[in-house]
Amino acid sequence: MDASERLRRTMMFVPGNSPAMLKDAGIYGADSIMFDLEDAVSLTEKDAARTLVYESLQTIDYGEAEKVVRINSIDTPYYLDDVRVMVKAGIEVIRLAKTDTAEMIQQLAKDTTAAEKEFNQPVGSTKLMAAIESAKAVVNANKIAAASPRMMGIALSAEDYTTDLKTHRYPDGQELSYGRNVILHAARAAGICAFDTVFTNLDDEAGLIRETKLIHQLGFDGKSVINPRQIPIINQIYEPTQFEIEQAQEVITAINVAHEKGSGVIALNGQMVDRPVVMRAQRVMKLAIASNLVDEEGNYLEK
Amino acid sequence: MKNSIGVELPENLMNQYHYQPFITTKLDYSEISRVAPVVRINTNQSKVVDSLIDLIKENVKDGMTISFHHHLREGDQIFNYVMQVIINLGIKDLTLAPSSLTNVMNEMVIKAIKAGTITNITSSGMRGTLGKAVSRGLLKNPVIFRSHGGRARAIATGKIKIDVAFLGVPNSDEMGNANGMSGKAVFGSMGYALIDARYANRVVLLTDNLVDYPNTPASINQTQVDYVVKVDQVGDPTKIGSGATRFTKDPKELKIAQMINEVIVSSPYFKEGFSFQTGSGGAALAVTRYLRQAMLKRKIKSSFALGGITNSTIELLNEGLVNKIMDVQDFDQIAATSMRDNKNQQEIDASWYADPFNKGAMVTKLDVVILSALQVDTSFNVNVLSGSDGIIRGAIGGHQDAATAKLTIISAPLTRGRIATIVPKMTSISTPGASVDVVVTEYGIAINPQRQDLISYISKIPGIPLYSINELAQKAVDIVGEAQLPEYFNRPVGLVEYRDGTLIDVINQVKI
Repeated sequence: MDASERLRRTMMFVPGNSPAMLKDAGIYGADSIMFDLEDAVSLTEKDAARTLVYESLQTIDYGEAEKVVRINSIDTPYYLDDVRVMVKAGIEVIRLAKTDTAEMIQQLAKDTTAAEKEFNQPVGSTKLMAAIESAKAVVNANKIAAASPRMMGIALSAEDYTTDLKTHRYPDGQELSYGRNVILHAARAAGICAFDTVFTNLDDEAGLIRETKLIHQLGFDGKSVINPRQIPIINQIYEPTQFEIEQAQEVITAINVAHEKGSGVIALNGQMVDRPVVMRAQRVMKLAIASNLVDEEGNYLEK
Repeated sequence: MKNSIGVELPENLMNQYHYQPFITTKLDYSEISRVAPVVRINTNQSKVVDSLIDLIKENVKDGMTISFHHHLREGDQIFNYVMQVIINLGIKDLTLAPSSLTNVMNEMVIKAIKAGTITNITSSGMRGTLGKAVSRGLLKNPVIFRSHGGRARAIATGKIKIDVAFLGVPNSDEMGNANGMSGKAVFGSMGYALIDARYANRVVLLTDNLVDYPNTPASINQTQVDYVVKVDQVGDPTKIGSGATRFTKDPKELKIAQMINEVIVSSPYFKEGFSFQTGSGGAALAVTRYLRQAMLKRKIKSSFALGGITNSTIELLNEGLVNKIMDVQDFDQIAATSMRDNKNQQEIDASWYADPFNKGAMVTKLDVVILSALQVDTSFNVNVLSGSDGIIRGAIGGHQDAATAKLTIISAPLTRGRIATIVPKMTSISTPGASVDVVVTEYGIAINPQRQDLISYISKIPGIPLYSINELAQKAVDIVGEAQLPEYFNRPVGLVEYRDGTLIDVINQVKI
């Protein structure tokens, strides 16, 4: 599967210093699991958490989930060891906190290459993503998104960002509208993923639904989550409707018919089907399968 | 001698206690005889006595069997009060036969064992310091563990012959008409105590709330009662049950609950008029809420909910999604108080609920039950009595009885901390795997291979991984490693009866 096509509706934060949470992180159906070595871990536990995450990655089966680590920022003494140990562990994605410039990603890419060579990992196999946490980072978002061929995505981190803007988070999210749109466009222009920020009030389910509907409408791939309880709520908003599924199936059937005939032109109901429609249909079916809405034969399942 | 589960049962013990080995969970149509209590004719105008000491002196003699109920749970103030008097009077060699033992009773039981007051115990279970002490050999004779239905059966058939029952009640009149539904120490259904009231030779009610005669509705009535004793406080209301049982926020419990719900609604039993029992665990309570959504969506109503009742079951009743609650005990204040006002919340005794030797218990009509486990083995047998260290820390409760339902689901996390729940060999067996159908863990489910019929319904639920029970056990090993079994002395400290009175397991003294 093309990395950019992977479903990333939810990226779940897991504190790197919590053995119980590391053990269970794989069971909640998060598309990506983000092991946190940064804010969740106190200064005195940085080394212990790094070792714990390393051992977890060696012993625990996280199934289909994409494995991401949030490392400490470049200006900390933990940064380089974080990169080396996580590359050695075979982590799929390194997320750099507080990425303000493209140069920071280029530095990380260089250090990642060195680590891949040091630990005999295929060079280029480790993807990178950037957390956008300041006004400066939003201004530089286009360059950051395109800073390296390793880039997999960029994510808005709203707590630091709103502080930097001299505001705070409001229920309607107006303060984030510029940042969200910039990040989304930077990601799409660079052909990578866009992730929305966490929703921190666990007891406000209506608020989470409202915010997820908004970012789904804007086009975000998904949202960071801080508690497994948020995963099914977000997934539900990303579920395609029965109508969308049936349309997608018709498109895919038309593709198969065209392939069988050896025809390059795909037609459906007398109209030509162009590439964006095909891609959208494929994504709908991927979401339908991930949402348990179709069975093995592709029949729609009443929930 | 081995029973059908393969447990080696010591010959001398079998003879001494007249046990047959466990063979099957199926009941036949044989005939049994019930016993009747001794009745001392009473024409007094009031049965209220001032002195508990005189009452005990007159009625409790060395070697007798005394009983209590555990409806007041951790708020119970009757057991310790009565036992202290008995110890002070120097009475010896009693058999203690309560419906169960809660933590608040532990220190007093230990004291009574050490004083020689108690030399035999039969109970649904025990926990904490008492479980530890008994597991380490404090009591000379083994404790006999019986399910709630098994206790009702043992009392009705005379295996347990209660000489004096001490029953705490939140209200009573001067003649002994009492119920559990009003007063300070309200606990709702007194389903377990009703058996004691019916079969004990002497019945003593203890209450902090003497009400006008005649007191109705009377769950226990004056034809059964010898004495009424006024006490300062029957129980601490804050510890009898939680205010309202709260919905869990633990994501792992919610995950298990969601899967249990999927299993139930995908099964052929989820149809108009189905019946269920959920119990009180965090996951089980959450299932009730998911079931509610599924019932609303599929427009299905349940004929009855059974067993231990919580606030969330009451909500279903009030919403009209459940027609009747058949209530043997209540786990929270809302459930306890609602019985008074709701004619569809029927108090049932332990025999009606679960006794295998009567003319039909409610559990035989039960479709779906969710039960917990300390351990499950790879033959689907379940342990709810002893921990991985061999120490007794649980109770059979209605487990064996309700497990005879048509769809028995065991809810258990794959591991608890660093302890595996699904294991090749358990520290004791409470419920035979023959009555267990599906095990649900946070990682996925396993279906008993005996139930091929269920596999066709349940194996294709999208998003619910189906494993063999051996695969689940292996997954647990992959996470926490291989565990060593505890070491034991060759000395029985517990005998585990199946509900029909056959012997299912023997628990030995641990070396730790």
